[in-house]
Amino acid sequence: MNLDGETNLKLKHALNLTASLRDDDSFKHFKAVIKCEDPNEDLYSFVGTLSYHGQQSPLSLQQMLLRDSKLRNTEYVYGVVVFTGHDTKVMQNATDPPSKRSKIERRMDKIIYILFGVLILISSVGSVFFWLSTRNDIRNGELDRWYLRPDDTTVLFDPKRALLAAFLHFLTALMLYGYLIPISLYVSIELVKVLQSIFINKDQEMYYEETDKPAHARTSNLNEELGQIDTILSDKTGTLTCNSMEFVKCSIAGVSYGRGMTEVERARAMRKIYEHPEVGDSLTNLLKTSDAEVGSSKSIKGFNLSDERIMDGKWVREPNRDIIENFLRVLALCHTAIPDVNKESGKISYEAESPDEAAFVITARELGFEFYERTQTRLFLHELDPLNRRMVNRSYELLHVLEFSSARKRMSVIVKTEDNKLMLLSKGADSIIFGRLSDEGRGFEAETKEHISQYSEAGLRTLVVAYRELGEKEYKLWAHEFFNAKTSLAADRDEVLDATADKIERNLILLGATAVEDKLQKGVPECIDKLAKAGIKIWILTGDKMETAINIGYACGLLRQGMERIVISLDNPHIDAVEKQGDKEMLAKASGESIARQIQDGRSQLRSFKESPIDFGLIIDGKSLNFALSDGLEHSFLGLALSCVSVICCRSSPKQKALVTRLVKVGTGSTTLAIGDGANDVGMLQEADIGVGITGVEGMQAAMSSDFAIAQFCYLERLLLVHGHWCYRRIAMMICYFFYKNIAFGLTFLWFEAYASFSGQAAYNDWYMAFYNVFFTSLPVIALGVFDQDVSARLSLKYPLLYQEGVQNTLFSWSRILGWMFNGFISSVIIFYFTTNSITLQAFRSDGHVLDYEILGVTMYTCVVWVVNCQMAISINYFTWIQHFFIWGSIAFWYLFIIIYGYLPPTISTTAYKVLVEACAPSPFFWLVTLLVVVSALVPYFTYRAFQTRFHPMYHDIIQISRSEGREKMSPAELTEQGKDGSISITHIED
Amino acid sequence: MASEERSSLSAGVESHRAPVRSGWKKAVHQFKQQNLPACKPVLTPAWVITTYFLIGVLFIPIGFISLRASMGVVEIVDRYDTECVPNSYKSDKVAYVKDMSVSKNCTRYLKVKKRMKAPIYVYYELDNYYQNHRRYVKSRNEQQLLHGLRYNSTSSCRPLELNKGLPIVPCGLVAWSLFNDSYSFSRGAEKLNVNRKNIAWQSDRDHKFGKKVHPFNFQNGTLIGGGKLDSRIPLSDQEDLIVWMRTAALPSFRKLYGRIEEDLDEDDVVIVNLLNNYNTYSFGGKKKIVLSTSSWLGGRNNFLGMTYILVGASSMFIALVFLLLHVKSSRLPAM
Repeated sequence: MNLDGETNLKLKHALNLTASLRDDDSFKHFKAVIKCEDPNEDLYSFVGTLSYHGQQSPLSLQQMLLRDSKLRNTEYVYGVVVFTGHDTKVMQNATDPPSKRSKIERRMDKIIYILFGVLILISSVGSVFFWLSTRNDIRNGELDRWYLRPDDTTVLFDPKRALLAAFLHFLTALMLYGYLIPISLYVSIELVKVLQSIFINKDQEMYYEETDKPAHARTSNLNEELGQIDTILSDKTGTLTCNSMEFVKCSIAGVSYGRGMTEVERARAMRKIYEHPEVGDSLTNLLKTSDAEVGSSKSIKGFNLSDERIMDGKWVREPNRDIIENFLRVLALCHTAIPDVNKESGKISYEAESPDEAAFVITARELGFEFYERTQTRLFLHELDPLNRRMVNRSYELLHVLEFSSARKRMSVIVKTEDNKLMLLSKGADSIIFGRLSDEGRGFEAETKEHISQYSEAGLRTLVVAYRELGEKEYKLWAHEFFNAKTSLAADRDEVLDATADKIERNLILLGATAVEDKLQKGVPECIDKLAKAGIKIWILTGDKMETAINIGYACGLLRQGMERIVISLDNPHIDAVEKQGDKEMLAKASGESIARQIQDGRSQLRSFKESPIDFGLIIDGKSLNFALSDGLEHSFLGLALSCVSVICCRSSPKQKALVTRLVKVGTGSTTLAIGDGANDVGMLQEADIGVGITGVEGMQAAMSSDFAIAQFCYLERLLLVHGHWCYRRIAMMICYFFYKNIAFGLTFLWFEAYASFSGQAAYNDWYMAFYNVFFTSLPVIALGVFDQDVSARLSLKYPLLYQEGVQNTLFSWSRILGWMFNGFISSVIIFYFTTNSITLQAFRSDGHVLDYEILGVTMYTCVVWVVNCQMAISINYFTWIQHFFIWGSIAFWYLFIIIYGYLPPTISTTAYKVLVEACAPSPFFWLVTLLVVVSALVPYFTYRAFQTRFHPMYHDIIQISRSEGREKMSPAELTEQGKDGSISITHIED
Repeated sequence: MASEERSSLSAGVESHRAPVRSGWKKAVHQFKQQNLPACKPVLTPAWVITTYFLIGVLFIPIGFISLRASMGVVEIVDRYDTECVPNSYKSDKVAYVKDMSVSKNCTRYLKVKKRMKAPIYVYYELDNYYQNHRRYVKSRNEQQLLHGLRYNSTSSCRPLELNKGLPIVPCGLVAWSLFNDSYSFSRGAEKLNVNRKNIAWQSDRDHKFGKKVHPFNFQNGTLIGGGKLDSRIPLSDQEDLIVWMRTAALPSFRKLYGRIEEDLDEDDVVIVNLLNNYNTYSFGGKKKIVLSTSSWLGGRNNFLGMTYILVGASSMFIALVFLLLHVKSSRLPAM
C-alpha cells in the first residue's frame, strides 16, 4: 500500500551498530532493547532507540519498514517487528470510508416518507369508514347486513368490537395500499445504477490507451450526482498536469540557459495572437520554430533543455565553467535517487523520490555527470573533466543527508571528495536559500532572482542550487552535535534536528537555479473551458506556490487576460514587520486582521464592479487560508470566493484542501466534486460529494479512495457532461415515473375500496398485483434508467449549458415530483371511474352477461398496464429496439399471462379462470373501454408536455427541436437566446 | 470551439471504425457505446396538432356509434321492493319479509314503451349490497364446489361450514345468501316463457361447479339466509346459484335471471308475478326487475359513447387552441 501515494524508492538503512549481523547464526545471541514511541499515524517520523551491547543508537524512519513495503534492490533483510495489526501506521491511518449518498436519493427518501404519510392517512380514513359500517352491522340486536353474518364472525369484522376490528383493518389497509410505496424502486435503482456504471466503464472515449486504463466507476450510487456538480475542486499536480517533470531551463552564474518554450508560454502567446492579431505573425512563427525544435531533438524523458551553449559537453568552453561544473555536481550528488543499470544496454535509469529529482539526475547525466552507483556511504560518478575533457570515474563519500521536508524546503548532502575536501551541497526553494547565502556567495543574486521570476511566470518549478566548503574542525563539531540530536529520544527531536541542520546550512555560495516544467495534460484547457461553459465553477487547490499556480491557472484557461485578480496573501510589509518581532500571538492577530481586511476589500471591489461584465479571479495562499477558514471569517471568505469565477488556493496542505472542500459543500449546499491523483488529495476526495481519482503515476491511493477513477483530466468533461447528465436525467425520470406508476395503480385500490365498504378487499387477483412491479411495468422503467438519452453525447458536449438542468435540479424539483404524483392521481381516477361508469349495471356483451368482480379486475388491470406503459412511451424520447421491446413486450406479456393463467385449473387460477378468453376478449366493449381509458389517461400529461415544449421549453427541448428540424449548426449562444424564457436561468455565459 | 471539432472528429472516428466490424460486433459496439440507432420523436407543433386531430377524428365517430348502439337498447326498470310490501307492514318491512306466514306474492305491470326484440334479458338488480365485501368474497370454497363432500377442509366458509356437525354443501356466506325472489311473466293472459338455461358462464358450469355434487345439509340451520336448493339437481345445473356466486364488483349490480325469447311490441303490458322473498330491507337495499334488449355493445349505457365524444371533442378543441397560440406567438418562427 502506498501510504503517501508515491510509488517510488525509499532508502532504508540498517543501523551501523547492527550492520554486521548478516546471517542466521549471528542472531543466536542477539539481545537488544528497543525503546520507541507509542503507535501513531504519522507516516513521516519514527522516534526510537536501540540498545545493543550496551550501546545506544537512534532509530528513525530510515530504519523502519512500514507494513506492506516491498523490497527492491535487496534480496532479504533481517528485522524486528515493532508494531503489528492495529498498531501499524497503516491501520492507524485508516479512516472509515465515508458513506456517500446522492442528493437525489436523499430527496427520494423524503418522498417515501411523504408517501408513507399519505398511506397512513388513507388507511386511517378507510378504517374510520370501516368502523362506521361495521359498527352498524348490528343495530338494536337486528342484523343489518345479514348476509355477512355479523352475529357470528371473527374479530376482524365483529360489530361488537368494532374499534378493534377497525384497528386490524388499518393494518390490512397498510398492506393493501402498500403499492403506493414503491419498494421495488430501491431494487430497480440499484440495478440501473450498476448497469449505468458498466456503461461508464465501457466508454471508449474515456479509455486511455497509453496506460490501458478505462474509466472506472468504483461506486455505483453516485452516478446521478455526476450530473449535478456545481463546483469542481481540482488538485493541480498530476491532475491538471501530467506530473512528468522536464528540465527545461537553468540559470547558472547569472546566465540563463534553455531556449525551449513551455506550454504556459505557448498558451500565453496564443492568447496574445488572439487579442492582438497584428503581432500575431511573428509570434506564430516563433511558436512554429519552437515546436520544430522540440520535435527535432531526441526526446529523453525528464530532459528537454535545448541550448547549444552547454549541450554535448560544450559547457567547458563557457567563461564560468567552474561554476557550471559545481552546479552539475550538485545536481548529480544532492539527491536520494538510486541508479538502475540496465545490464544489456548499459543504460542507466533512476528511481527517485520525486520526478523533479529524477529530472535533475538525468540532466546531470546528459551534461556529463553520470551518476551510476550508490552504496551506503559512497556515490560514484562518471565525470567529464573540464580540463582534459575526458570522462573520469570519481567517488564521493556520503557523510550526511539532510533530507527534504516541506517545512525545511531544502535538501543538503555533505560529501567528502577524493581529495578530502568536505562539501555541503544544497538545493532548495528560493525564499530559503537566498536567505542563507554568504556575502561573497551572492555574486549574481540579482540576475538569478530575475531569472527565477521569469521561470515562475512561465509556469516552471524553480529550485536554487548552492554549495559550500566545510572546514574539518567545523564539520567535526557539527557532526557530533548532529549525532547527539539524532540519538536523543526527546519529543522535540525533529525540531532539534532541524535546528542542528540549520546551523550548517549557512553561508552558502550561490550557483544558479533550475527550472522544471510541469507539463499540462492533454486537452486540459479545452476541457476546463467546456466545464466553465456548462456553468461549473472550478477551484484549484494546490500545494504549489502562488506564481506557479497563477501560471497554471492561465495556461489552462481558468484565469483570463482582462480578468480582475483578487489576491489574498500575508506577504506584505506590515506582516513581515510583525513577524520579525517574533511574537506569535501578535502575528496571528495581525494576520487575522489583515486577511479580514483583504476579504472586505475584495468584496467591496466586487460590489463596485457589479454592473460591469468583468469577471474576478480569487487567489489565496495557504497561510492566509488558515485564517480565512477560521470561524469568524469563513462565511465572508466563502461569499467572496463564490462571486469569483475562478478560485485558486495555493500552498495548501492536504488538510486545508479537505477543509475548503467542506466549506464549499456545507456553506453553499451545492454538489462538489474533488479531483486529484495523489495521497494528499484523499482527504479532499472523501470529503467532497464525489471524489474523482486520476489513475496516474502517483500511485493508486487517490484512485482507491475515489468514487470514480479516470485516466486523464480531460475525460472529466465526458464523465460530467455526457454520463453525468444522462445518469441524472435517467434517475430523476425513473424515480418520478416510478412514483407515478405506483400511485396510478395504488390509488385504484382506494377507489375500489370506497365501493367495497372499505372491507379491505383488493380489486385484483393476488397474482396480478404481485406481478405488477415485477413483470408488467418494471422492465420499461429499467430500460429508461439505463438507456434513455434526451440528446446524444455529441450534442450534450456541444451545448454544455444543458448541464445546468442537473445543477439547478430542474428535473427533480418538488414541483416536478408532485406533478408526476398528481398525474398518477389523475390516471387512477380516470382508470377507475371511466371503467366502472362505463359498465356499472348493464350487460357488457351482446349475450346479456353483466360485469362481475373478476371482469372488473381484469379490465381495470388491463387499463393500468396499458396506461403506465404508454405513459412511459410518451415521456421518453429515445426509442431503440430495446425500449420498443420492453414497453410493448410488457403489455403483450400481460395478455399472454392472463391467457396462460386463465387456462390453469380454476382451483389455481381462481378468479382469473378463462376470464380474458371467455368473458372479455369476445366483447367489443372491453376493447373500447381500454382504448378510451388509455387515451383519456394520457391526454393530461400529453397536453401539459405539448404546451410546455412549445411555449415554455426547457433547454433540452430546444436542442431536441432544433435537432429534429435540422438546425444543428446553430451555435449554443443562439439557442441560449431562445431559451432565455425557459426554466433555466442562465448564469455565466462567455461566448 | 476546439472541443467541438474534437467531438465531431471522434464521431468521425466512430463511423470510420464501424464498417470494419461485422454486423453483430457493430451492434454490440453500438450498444456498449450507447450509440444504437434510435427513433427520437420530438413534440413539434406539427406532431402535437396531428395527434390531437387524430384522436378527435377517431374518437368522435366511435362515440357516435357506441351511443347509437346504446340508445337502440330498450330497457324497462321497475323497482318493486317498496311497492310489494302490504300497507300494514310499511312501517316494519323487515318483519314482513321475515314473517314466513305472510304471502310474498306480488304483481307488477310493466309497460313496453318501444318494441323489444328477442332475446329480452331479465335481470334482477340489487343496490347497496356488498357482494364485494372481503368477508363475503372469501366465504366460499372452490374445491368443495367442484368435488363436493370429498373435500372437507372448508374453514374459509365459517360460520356456514358445518351444521349439526355435518358439512354444508355448498358452504359459505355467498351460497347461503342466495337470492330467492322469483318471477313469472305474462302478456295479458298469455304466459311468457322465461328461458333460465345458459344464464351462467359456460366455464363456471363446466369447471367450477361439480356435475356430481349435490346440495347437502343446505339451509338447514337455525338462521335461514336466502334461497334453498333442490338437492336432486347437481350444482353444475343450478344456474341461479352459479350466477349468484359470481360475485358482483360493485354494491349496485344486476344479475341475469333469464331470457324471454319472444318479441314484445310497443304498448304491450308485461305482468310480472313475483315472490318477494329476499330480505334487502334490513340494510336498506333496493330491488329492481329489469327487462332489456341488447346490442352488439351490450346493454344500455350512454357513458361510453358520451365520453368518447367528449374526449374526441376536447382533443379537437385543444388542437385548435394550440394552433391559435402557436400562430400567434412568434417565438419559434421556424414552424
